[in-house]
Amino acid sequence: MTTQQVQGDRGLDEWPLWEVFIRAKAGLDHKHCGSLHAPDAKAAVQLARDVYTRRQEGTSIWVVRSEQIVASDPADKAMLFDPMADKVYRHPSFYELPASVDHI
Amino acid sequence: MTASIALKPSPDVAYVLRIADTCLIHAQRLAEWCGHAPVLEEDIALANLGLDLLGQSRALLTHAARLEGSGFDEDQLAFLRDERDYVNLTLVELPLRRGGADFADTQWRCLVVASWLLPLWQGLQASRDSELAAIAAKAAKETRYHFEHAADWVVRLGDGSEESMRRMRAAIERAAPYIAELFDDDEVDAAAAQSQLGPRSSALRDAWLARLQRVLADARLALPAQGAFRSHGKRGLHSEHMGLLLAEMQVLQRAFPGGVW
Repeated sequence: MTTQQVQGDRGLDEWPLWEVFIRAKAGLDHKHCGSLHAPDAKAAVQLARDVYTRRQEGTSIWVVRSEQIVASDPADKAMLFDPMADKVYRHPSFYELPASVDHI
Repeated sequence: MTASIALKPSPDVAYVLRIADTCLIHAQRLAEWCGHAPVLEEDIALANLGLDLLGQSRALLTHAARLEGSGFDEDQLAFLRDERDYVNLTLVELPLRRGGADFADTQWRCLVVASWLLPLWQGLQASRDSELAAIAAKAAKETRYHFEHAADWVVRLGDGSEESMRRMRAAIERAAPYIAELFDDDEVDAAAAQSQLGPRSSALRDAWLARLQRVLADARLALPAQGAFRSHGKRGLHSEHMGLLLAEMQVLQRAFPGGVW
């Protein structure tokens, strides 16, 4: 076994993975747009700028180490999300709204 | 093949062409990394830097062509001059991927040139030539990023592993003989300073050195002492690498004159 394999998933010569979130313009939220490898946080922001905002896609960048993201288990999909399929009353679509309230 | 064009540049045109050609040839060398950089992300970053510089060069060449007055356009100036009529700094024509040069040379050159362009753009924003001032104002934003990007790399490599520090030092040594040219004045500089077209080369040195020293301190690196050698790319006298670079850069326009995207 080589030294690199002993290091686990991340070899000695491999940079950690970062998730990149871009805000398209002021007032909007940051949206996940992809990932990249970078040696540290500052470089990750710079490289995200070069990789993901070359065509004026953004005005702000967030990066977060991919390993810091805690995700739900795809195997639990049925348990977590299927019970919501038949609960139509959770959508507020049965109320008569006054005409003056447009944007709900 | 299309014949070369010949210019009769006034001091104003020569001054603008020196900056335009330095950006153009620097961009050409950076473009050679495309598809070859150590990681995908930096590959895109280097191409971006090159394209910024190419854009700066295009604006300056277009302006130089207008000042020159013979009716040439940016493409003719970029692709149809003979070697002796290019007036870039010799430093930017030296190979980045061959001849013993490597990624450390690339980042060091980007840092040296960005540190030189920043005070130049700043000085040009006060030019009597309002077009030149506008080009400089736009370019300054791009060059600020180039400086940050290169400075981070130089610190990372200089203050990194034994190997990266060894390579960074070797890169600085390789570039050292060509640094003096950045700040050598001649009659073109004198005319530009006198007529308030832009700063003379020697006036950029203090700001350049101050910027560089801050990075070098963080990177635990030092500038070597200045030797006696002088390069003269900005007077049209180039290194042996320039002919090959131009052959590759010019071949398409020479073979297909006026070809566009």
